[in-house]
Amino acid sequence: MTQTITETENPWIDAPSGTGPVLTANVKADGKTIEEMWDAHRFSLKLVNPANKRKHTIIMVGTGLAGGAAAASLGELGYHVKAFCYQDSPRRAHSIAAQGGINAAKNYRNDGDSVFRLFYDTVKGGDFRAREANVYRLAQLSVDIIDQCVAQGVPFAREYGGLIDTRSFGGAQLSRTFYARGQTGQQLLLGAYSALCRQIDAGTVEMHPRTEMLEVIVVDGRARGIVVRDMISGAISSHFGDAVVLGTGGYSNVFFLSTNAKGCNTTAIWRAHRKGALFANPCFTQIHPTCIPVAGDHQSKLTLMSESLRNDGRVWVPKQGDDTRAPDQIPEDERDYYLERMYPAFGNLVPRDIASRAAKRVCDEGRGVGPGGLGVYLDFSKAQGGPAAINAKYGNLFDMYERITGENPYEVPMRIYPAVHYTMGGLWVDYNLMSTIPGLFVAGEANFSDHGANRLGASALMQGLADGYFILPATLTDYIGANTLPPVSADHPAVREAEASVNERVQRLLDVNGTRTVDSFHRELGQVMWDYCGMSRNGEGLRKAINRIPELRAEFWDNVKVPGINEDLNQSLEKAGRVADFFELAELMCIDALHRNESCGGHFREEYQTPEGEARRDDDNYAYAAAWEFKGVGLAPVLHKEKLTFDYVHPAQRDYR
Amino acid sequence: MRLTLKVWRQPKGATKGHFETYETDGVSPDMSFLEMLDVVNDRLTLDGQDPIAFDHDCREGICGTCGMVINGVAHGPERATTACQLHMRHFRDGDVIHIEPWRAAAFPVIKDLVVDRGALDRIMEAGGFVTAPTGAAPEAHSTLVPKEAADAAFEAAACIQCGACVAACPNASAMLFTAAKVAHLSRLPQGQPERYGRVVKMVATHDAAGFGNCTNIGECAAVCPKEIKLDTITALNRDVISSTLFQ
Repeated sequence: MTQTITETENPWIDAPSGTGPVLTANVKADGKTIEEMWDAHRFSLKLVNPANKRKHTIIMVGTGLAGGAAAASLGELGYHVKAFCYQDSPRRAHSIAAQGGINAAKNYRNDGDSVFRLFYDTVKGGDFRAREANVYRLAQLSVDIIDQCVAQGVPFAREYGGLIDTRSFGGAQLSRTFYARGQTGQQLLLGAYSALCRQIDAGTVEMHPRTEMLEVIVVDGRARGIVVRDMISGAISSHFGDAVVLGTGGYSNVFFLSTNAKGCNTTAIWRAHRKGALFANPCFTQIHPTCIPVAGDHQSKLTLMSESLRNDGRVWVPKQGDDTRAPDQIPEDERDYYLERMYPAFGNLVPRDIASRAAKRVCDEGRGVGPGGLGVYLDFSKAQGGPAAINAKYGNLFDMYERITGENPYEVPMRIYPAVHYTMGGLWVDYNLMSTIPGLFVAGEANFSDHGANRLGASALMQGLADGYFILPATLTDYIGANTLPPVSADHPAVREAEASVNERVQRLLDVNGTRTVDSFHRELGQVMWDYCGMSRNGEGLRKAINRIPELRAEFWDNVKVPGINEDLNQSLEKAGRVADFFELAELMCIDALHRNESCGGHFREEYQTPEGEARRDDDNYAYAAAWEFKGVGLAPVLHKEKLTFDYVHPAQRDYR
Repeated sequence: MRLTLKVWRQPKGATKGHFETYETDGVSPDMSFLEMLDVVNDRLTLDGQDPIAFDHDCREGICGTCGMVINGVAHGPERATTACQLHMRHFRDGDVIHIEPWRAAAFPVIKDLVVDRGALDRIMEAGGFVTAPTGAAPEAHSTLVPKEAADAAFEAAACIQCGACVAACPNASAMLFTAAKVAHLSRLPQGQPERYGRVVKMVATHDAAGFGNCTNIGECAAVCPKEIKLDTITALNRDVISSTLFQ
């Protein structure tokens, strides 16, 4: 089943022009400026009579910021919502782990911010690989998000006068980031979760925790339901609705080690991809510059230290390689504050992709610190206000660092290293957040829409909530209003087929009964991805990975050991299903990375760099979103392109010097 | 490090469980407690035995999924630390470690160390929110919130709903959890209109779920990984009494 991809072969097929789904954003706002676009588009959308909404069922998979906010808001509108999450409570979705904050163009600081500037920064920060219309809308909605969250009781940090405090955050030269100490994600999610609780109590939302979606049901070309597994009983059942929404997060865990929660997975969006939803820009992954370095082979995940720390901490390594002195023994003039040296204008606040690659570069030069030389210092000894001010801002982060490393960061500099953190790629969606399967909507990190090739700090929370609170309630209503959807019978062949495929797959995993654990395969896959499709990539390495992944995948299906039975709480079985999907996604990521012969944002191809070592984009040939069509496991995927045009932000090489 | 683990094993659906002993070797002091269990589970899997079921997700102390009683203490010996953030450097070579699930009538054991904490969600659904439908919010700065109030609300809102307070309480009361949720909103202007109705509904749901009542023992606050203070319950009681005047 495996074949070797040679130097000249391309393991993908370009879609012949005029075939397959038409990738247009579907903005219905002819002749309008970008400022008027969302309003004009909304006016064009169909409405549904309030009394009729309860007759429509919406299936919501994932209940983090995007899914939870959407479930609550759709419930408030009167829809019957069936929501599913794998966690034991919707309040535990991984949005909860976001630390730093949420951007909004409120201009509360009078520092020159505006909706247009947030839009501009996001398009530029994404290295000109995002759709302008979506990004502008995101910036517009950012101000409403803050209002909504405050009304719910989200305890944002306040000034003594009672107004909301803001701070600057990676990649921005102004203070537009709203925060709640180091746990903004948890506080925003509790806001969405509390709104969801209100709807559960009101009976509009039916909540199914500890339930994992394993298949999409497509009837007559439309997404009409899902097949799920009850993670306690193992029961496999189908649920039907007029539309399906996936708010299931990103796929960083394809690398095994990432900052994602252990349960984060690609299964929902990958199953949808297999059923016809195009997957866009899968190789656009974000490596976060400030994570706690790996401590040993036992490592099960990586922990982020909010990049807000870069506001006050200074990043450095010794000027000389193999310097084994303790950090306080290295005099000032023998330290290289390399971000400040290389990027004097932005200094320690350069965007994430740039900070990460710079850290890799100094470590590759042999100047890294800590065990294995894979770390750089983040030093607070000269921070303004001293330890008391640092404690007030970052106390919980410092405590977390000490718990994990056993070192006191008030006394010795933190050691940090980049780690996989976020995936900009995801299912392709139009302006309505609908995928190429009609009736299948995708929100938050699970879609590809707003961040291009690199996401700016504090923009993930913004996007999840914009999608969930404000966009889906309008666009999903349009879909319901515009279509007549007959009820789906449980006997429909498409339903039978979906259930059978889930049952068959579960049984197949249990039947292998090999000699290696799921984790050992996952670790090996992760290592391949980190080595060849991680912080920097090259054609040779990617071809190696594309040859290696199918071999490893075949071994997985031949030799994995999944103990126990389906009819039990079986955590090995849960993991095995997710890893099986990661194996298929991993190959697509490498193909996407190989096909994109340019460097942009988080995608750094070593062959395409400037003499200074910065990313060199190729706007003539690659100013498009690469949306891939699934053709079968091990078969060449087909590439469809959504051409990106930039009418408002002129593409230029990003320069943070 | 070499350790002897005595782990509570209870098959799904069984009414009774028992301690199983596992000898484990080669534990690194840099491992987290859950990573140590991962190693044990890998070995059990390869030996053809059922791995130990335990809940976990973010492994950075914020999602509240993990929770186990370690040597008699909810989340183990380190203060203000969830089980996932507990590291093996706090144990010594040769230690015997007892690992049990949260024990409370309102938290039925599902399997091994996994319990059903859904009752906490029911308390939230009863009133742990501000009625603020999407789209109806006024400008964020239209309400001033004194910094002290915002900070106090945040302290309570830091609760991660892990259930350690229940596991530690001899009465298996979830009053610290409920009080934290009540205090988060009652300390903010946004929470005032529904303040007294909210506390009554949440406490009633708490009681109906089978949690015991609070007798001011304070074990809950001692084990809380987010250091929610015991006087949060005092504030809850004040609101409950006030509700009889204002409702």
